[in-house]
Amino acid sequence: MSVFPYLVAGWILLAGLYGLVTSRNLVQAVGCLAVAQSSTYVLLLAVGYRSGATAPVFSDLPTDAPVVDPVVQALVLTDIVVGATVTALLLSLVIQLRKRHGTVDPEELTGLRG
Amino acid sequence: MTNALTVIALLLTAVTATTAALTREPVRQAVVLAFLGLCLALLFTVLQAPDVALSQLGVGSAITPLLILLTVRRVRRQEQADEHPDRTE
Amino acid sequence: MSRTARLRLFLAAAAVLAAALITAATELPGFGGHHHPYGERAVAAGLARQTANIISSVNFDQRAFDTLGEESILFGSVLGAAILLRLARDEGKRRAAAEPVLPTTRLFGATLLPVTLLVGGYLVAHGQLSPGGGFQGGVALATALHLAYVAADYRVLKRIRPLAALDVADALAAGTYAALGLIGLAQGAGYLANTLPLGTFNQMSSSGLVAVINAAVGVEVASGVVVLLAHFLDQAVEIVHNGENR
Repeated sequence: MSVFPYLVAGWILLAGLYGLVTSRNLVQAVGCLAVAQSSTYVLLLAVGYRSGATAPVFSDLPTDAPVVDPVVQALVLTDIVVGATVTALLLSLVIQLRKRHGTVDPEELTGLRG
Repeated sequence: MTNALTVIALLLTAVTATTAALTREPVRQAVVLAFLGLCLALLFTVLQAPDVALSQLGVGSAITPLLILLTVRRVRRQEQADEHPDRTE
Repeated sequence: MSRTARLRLFLAAAAVLAAALITAATELPGFGGHHHPYGERAVAAGLARQTANIISSVNFDQRAFDTLGEESILFGSVLGAAILLRLARDEGKRRAAAEPVLPTTRLFGATLLPVTLLVGGYLVAHGQLSPGGGFQGGVALATALHLAYVAADYRVLKRIRPLAALDVADALAAGTYAALGLIGLAQGAGYLANTLPLGTFNQMSSSGLVAVINAAVGVEVASGVVVLLAHFLDQAVEIVHNGENR
C-alpha cells in the first residue's frame, strides 16, 4: 500500500502519453494531455496524505488536530485551474489550425506553410 | 475502511484514465473525461482534500469536456461545409 | 517517421520512464506517513495569521507571489484564446437560431441557475474559512451562467451575459491582485506581505489580505472562464467561414 498511489500516478502519466503519441486527432490529443496532467494531481495529493488525519480546515477543528499537508493541496488547486485554461488555449490553436490547414490529423500536417 | 476506499478510488481513477486515453473519438472521450473528473473528485475527497475536489468537479467534469465538445462542433461544421459546398444546413 | 517506428520509440522511452518512476516511488516517503515538515510549518503560519482554511492561507498569503504568477498564466491564456478565436477577415456571423427545449429541462435550468450562482458566491466569500475560495467559487459562478444555455438557448445566454463588462472585470481583477501587493510594500513589510488587520479567528473578516486577494481571484476566474467559453461558443454556434452556408 505504501507505494501503490505513486504507481497509479505513474500509470496515468504513461497512459496519457501513449494516447498522445498514437493520436490521430488533435482534439483527442488535447484530451490525452489532460489525462497525463491529472497524474500530477494524484502524485502530489498522495505525497501529502497522512493516515487518520483530516482536511486542513480549522473552522470546526481543535488547532492541534492532525491534518494532511496543505502545501501540496494548494499546489494542485492552482494546477487544475491553470491546466483548464491552457487546455482552452490549445483547443483554440486546434480551431485555428483547422481553419488554416484544413485538417486536425497531426500526420497530415507535413512541413510548415505560410 | 479508509484504506479500502482509497484503493477503490485509485483503481477507478486508473481505469477511467486509461479508457480516456484509449478513446479515439473526441466526443466519446469528452464524456469519459467528465467521468474521470468525477473519479478524481471522489479520490480527492477520500484523500481529505475537499478544496481540490470542488475545483476538480467544476473544471474536470464541466469546463474541460464542454470546451472539447464545442471545439468538435466547430471542426465538424467546417468539415460538412468542405464536403458539401452547396448544401444548405 | 512511420507510425510503427514512432510507437517503438515511445515504448522504449516509456520503459525507461516507468523504471525511473518505480525507482523514485520506492524512495519516496511512504503513503500516509506522519512526517510532513512543510505542512506543519504552513499550518502553524496560517493559524498565526487567523486563517481557518490553511489552503487559502498557503495560496493567498504564504505563496501569494507564486499564485500571482499562476493568475498571470490564467489571464494570458484567456487573452491568447481570445486573440486566436477572434472574428477573422474571411468569416462572418450568422444569427443563432431559437432552439426548442423540453419544459422539464427549462425548469431544471431555471431552478439551478440562481442556486448555483448563490453557491458560487458563498464559496468565494467563505474561502478563508471553509473549503472553497476564489478558484472554486469562480468556476461555479461561471458554470451557473451557462445553465441559461441549457435551459433556453444561445440568444438568452447572450442577453444575460454582460460580456464587455466581464472582459474589463477580468483585466481589472488581475491588475488588482498585483496592486494589492503594494499595500505590504507601502507599510515596509514586502510585496504581497499580509499586513492588513487580521481580525478574529473563524470570522468572515479574519485573515487580512487573504480574504481580499481571494475575492479578486474569484472575480478573475469567474469572468475569465465566462469570456473563454463565450469565444468557444461563438465559434461553435455563430461564426461561419465565408465559404460555408449561412
